[in-house]
Amino acid sequence: MGFIEGLIQYDFLQKALLTSIMVGIICGVLGCFIILRGMALMGDAISHAVLPGVAISYAIGINFFFGAVLTGVLTAIGIGFISQNSRIKQDTSIGIMFTAAFALGIILITVLESSTDLYHILFGNVLAVRPSDMWITLVIGAVVLAAVYLFYKELLVTSFDVTMAKVYGLRVGLIHYFLMTLLTLVTVASLQTVGIILVVAMLITPAATAYLLTDRLSMMIFLSASIGAASSIIGLYFSFTYNLASGATIVLAATALFFIAFLFSPKKGVVWQHFSARRSRKQAINQ
Amino acid sequence: METAIAVKDVQVSYYGKQAISGVDFEIDQENVIGIIGPNGAGKSTLLKAMLNLVPLDSGTIEILGKPLQDVRKQIAYVAQRNQYDWDFPINVLDTVLMGTYPNMGMLRRPRKKDREWAYECLQKVGMEEFSKRQIGELSGGQQQRVFLARALTQKADIFFLDEPFVGIDIASEETIMRLLKDLKQQGKTVLVVHHDLSKAHDYFDQLILLNKKVIQYGTPSQVLLPDVMLQAYDSELGFLQKVGASL
Repeated sequence: MGFIEGLIQYDFLQKALLTSIMVGIICGVLGCFIILRGMALMGDAISHAVLPGVAISYAIGINFFFGAVLTGVLTAIGIGFISQNSRIKQDTSIGIMFTAAFALGIILITVLESSTDLYHILFGNVLAVRPSDMWITLVIGAVVLAAVYLFYKELLVTSFDVTMAKVYGLRVGLIHYFLMTLLTLVTVASLQTVGIILVVAMLITPAATAYLLTDRLSMMIFLSASIGAASSIIGLYFSFTYNLASGATIVLAATALFFIAFLFSPKKGVVWQHFSARRSRKQAINQ
Repeated sequence: METAIAVKDVQVSYYGKQAISGVDFEIDQENVIGIIGPNGAGKSTLLKAMLNLVPLDSGTIEILGKPLQDVRKQIAYVAQRNQYDWDFPINVLDTVLMGTYPNMGMLRRPRKKDREWAYECLQKVGMEEFSKRQIGELSGGQQQRVFLARALTQKADIFFLDEPFVGIDIASEETIMRLLKDLKQQGKTVLVVHHDLSKAHDYFDQLILLNKKVIQYGTPSQVLLPDVMLQAYDSELGFLQKVGASL
């Protein structure tokens, strides 16, 4: 059966498509700030750090959203605390804290013998999206997009010139943790679609692709969201048609789009630069 | 004339090592002041202390007669050029527009009149034809002018510039210096951390010669004297003499 027919016929596929498009959009939007602040590793860390929260939530029977946000934010605070109160650098601190949280999560899932399927949390299974999951994703998506819209100015100035922001009295620490909270929310929204392990790809790959295509932040955010959504649609198509893990196909679709931009982006693409360098050499010789 | 900045017995240290101590001076409004001194003299530290970016071990700093926290928005800062990510996806006009942020509440967005004001400031530094360019595509001098335009946009009373003339062309340097003198005419106070002693005489009304503490503070003719300069640059001169002797 074809993808389009399946889409018309099956409710679950419609939900999967809607959910993964939303995930593609919000990961793309937030990812722009993550890569411009040099926080790709932080994105990876927070996404892994939600695991113990998910395990505890399932064990005590609450929605995994609450536990995930709690352990994600706690880990972000822990990372900040260690790097600010010792000579340990930020990336080292991230490495220590997120692996610890992740390891704790694995033990909790084993010990609590919860009904959660570790494999699905780690790698996602968008075709098994329940209506409640879809609604959580849509609500989180709306919250994240509204937050980025409302605090665009603060996010921009703290990403580009944190010193200026401090000088005029902006609470840059608060903005950092605000962004970490949004990051946790996005991770939770992405759990079903791409899973914990691959969330970071959805955060940075579409944003990096957009970064190669434009010199304006507003355009970068728009492109990144579009590329994220396109990756989701293409990935879901391959996942459904060839019965492959959705997280993996979505991420590879995003990677393919990245390499197209890497090679052929006007001005910044490798191929273009090669030809323009050759042309200027020829001109130099002819003169 | 009113006091713009009053620094009283300030000490700052990094990791237990004193960067500056016993720093004490007052600056009147409507002045262009240079902070000079050898490498490692604590010039940038003093600037950071006045910007409330580093904690003070002891002493107080008052700006316009108030504690620093209350006057943050009246202070515009132009950092050294190497502080910025020049690949950042932002164009010249949007960079200048950031100067309107300090006086704009949370959740507010820049409006048309803010954009027009930013463009006007861009015209003052002669960079309006580059308004759509990505900032990394500019020369060093053009970049410095853009950041001065951003500071102008802020409508501040006190301007701090950290080594603004390093690695820039003469035309940009002259434009910037002319604008700093204009600011003084408008009653503003300008502090510049400066490296090039040869121009210090023409550029500044007052000089602060620093080496961990204030060695001398006064007009250029009071500061740029051989025996005074020797006190601050002693260690460097000793080193130069040694090198000279061995050659």
